[in-house]
Amino acid sequence: MLEMTVEKLLGNFSIDVNLACETSGIVAFFGRSGAGKTSLVNMLAGLLRPDRGRIVVNGNTLFDSAQGIDLPPEKRRLGYVFQEARLFPHMTVRGNLHYGLRRVPAGERTMAPDQVIALLGLEAYLDRRPHHLSGGEKQRVALGRALLANPRLMLMDEPLASLDQPRKDEVLPFIERLRNEMAIPIVYVSHSMPEIVRLADTMVLVSDGRIEAVGAIDELTSRLDLRPLTGRYEAGAVIQARVAGHDRDYGITDLAFAGGRLRVPHVGLPVGTRLRLRIRARDVALALEPPRRTSILNAFPAVVREIGPEEGPQVDLRVEAGATSLWARITRRSLADLALQPGTPVTVLIKAVAVDRYSLGRGAGPGRFLDDGERPEPPSSD
Amino acid sequence: MLTLTPLEIEALRLSLRVAFWSVTTSLPVGLLVAWLLARRNFIGKGALNTLVHLPLVLPPVVVGYLLLVLFGREGPLGRLLMSLFGITLPFTWQGAVLAAAVMAFPLMVRSMRLSLETVDRRLEAAARTLGAGPAAVFVTITLPLMAPGIVVGAFLAFARSLGEFGATITFAANIPGETRTLPIALYTLIQSPSGETPALRLAILSVVLSLAALAASEILARRLHARIEG
Repeated sequence: MLEMTVEKLLGNFSIDVNLACETSGIVAFFGRSGAGKTSLVNMLAGLLRPDRGRIVVNGNTLFDSAQGIDLPPEKRRLGYVFQEARLFPHMTVRGNLHYGLRRVPAGERTMAPDQVIALLGLEAYLDRRPHHLSGGEKQRVALGRALLANPRLMLMDEPLASLDQPRKDEVLPFIERLRNEMAIPIVYVSHSMPEIVRLADTMVLVSDGRIEAVGAIDELTSRLDLRPLTGRYEAGAVIQARVAGHDRDYGITDLAFAGGRLRVPHVGLPVGTRLRLRIRARDVALALEPPRRTSILNAFPAVVREIGPEEGPQVDLRVEAGATSLWARITRRSLADLALQPGTPVTVLIKAVAVDRYSLGRGAGPGRFLDDGERPEPPSSD
Repeated sequence: MLTLTPLEIEALRLSLRVAFWSVTTSLPVGLLVAWLLARRNFIGKGALNTLVHLPLVLPPVVVGYLLLVLFGREGPLGRLLMSLFGITLPFTWQGAVLAAAVMAFPLMVRSMRLSLETVDRRLEAAARTLGAGPAAVFVTITLPLMAPGIVVGAFLAFARSLGEFGATITFAANIPGETRTLPIALYTLIQSPSGETPALRLAILSVVLSLAALAASEILARRLHARIEG
């Protein structure tokens, strides 16, 4: 459980936050640059002192201005992974990895160096200096270093933001493995919706030093009132699905979700795997009748539920297919031509190739770490 | 020609001893002052900065004279040292150490401060989050990263101490075997009519010594840099 009630004035930017959420799996702090996400994480870590307030992590009071408690960073036991890896240049990779570990009392060490090194694939780099590592390798060492300090909670402040796309793709699976194999809760700061959809279970929406909403990712992304914060261009719905079958001849994978089936280009996961994917509003079209003889593979019935504010020539609609909410972005002209209103039955059309592959997360929703009898799935052999 | 005369050996050994103790004793103080100037904000910071740099611009004789006023038998600090430890500094080799240390101090502090200012404080913050307290962070992160600056500062101060003349002769005088360091011995030889050749030999010795100190500092600093950069 993470409880954070803090106020802080930074120049003329004010932070005023009252947050309480479960710390299971990955909690994402999402918001634009300058929204105050990093300041919040720094206050958690003890690198920035709130003017007033209280911070409690899993029952441990880290800060309480009323009681005069302000634990220094070294006593908080929170592993911090920064945007820049911040490896110590005068030490080898091994020296960096052991820096935090050797400061943990022997009886409290639950992380075995060999296990962490294997998890992050660092065997080949141990005797190298950080100077000789690529950006992605550095970030993996930083992950290992923070992990070996045996933290109660990991803080990751845009750990992928300074990497190019290939390096991001290199590091992301390691963060997923960490989430799946280690029982350490993670606070993950990002302004990238695809990253958050792929990794996180719970989302905390941060805007202008305030917290606008806290909840499960699929809930928050389907709320129209949060649309200005979750992003207009990036707008899309997050849905839970299960691999239902593969069509090897055509390289197509069938995904079943509450509301229908979705055919997407081949996904290399076994049948039954639960995953989460995002369908962008701009990739969804609506028709009043099921079209015949079309190249579009995905067509299923739905009902219009909400019509967003009209801004410019486009408008976003929320439709429900079974129990699943989807977003469609159409022109205002189509809205008028089709006379769409809340309650109108429609057919949803999605091109198979349009599914945001980067967002394919292997999680199974916010309940994953709660007591629902389910265990996190091991990652595939990569 | 290549063997040194007893007089030369005496002056050389004295100079090395004075320079060594000058650097050794002022190193911790220099580190503290560099840290204060680079990292802390306090009332009187500007005054401290000026005081540290004063020997760089004052005539050395003035520094020597001020030391006499402060540490002489009747001086406030001189009396204190006498009553507490029974020490007198003027006209002793320890006095020469003090004079050399004061004159070399600005060079040492400047080098240390510059290197401390280049240490990435974000690395120190990262070390704190990994469980290291402020003292441990200073020893394991800050000091190693500023090591090249410390080495360069120490060698510069050493070379400066070897060559100190004005403040030393004013405060510690010209006593053979006690305060007659290389430059003072050289000055004494020049004063005498037959001293030209011995003076030249001492001058060459001084040049060789200073070059060696500078070369050693350069090599060490490069090695330390290489260790940091990997």
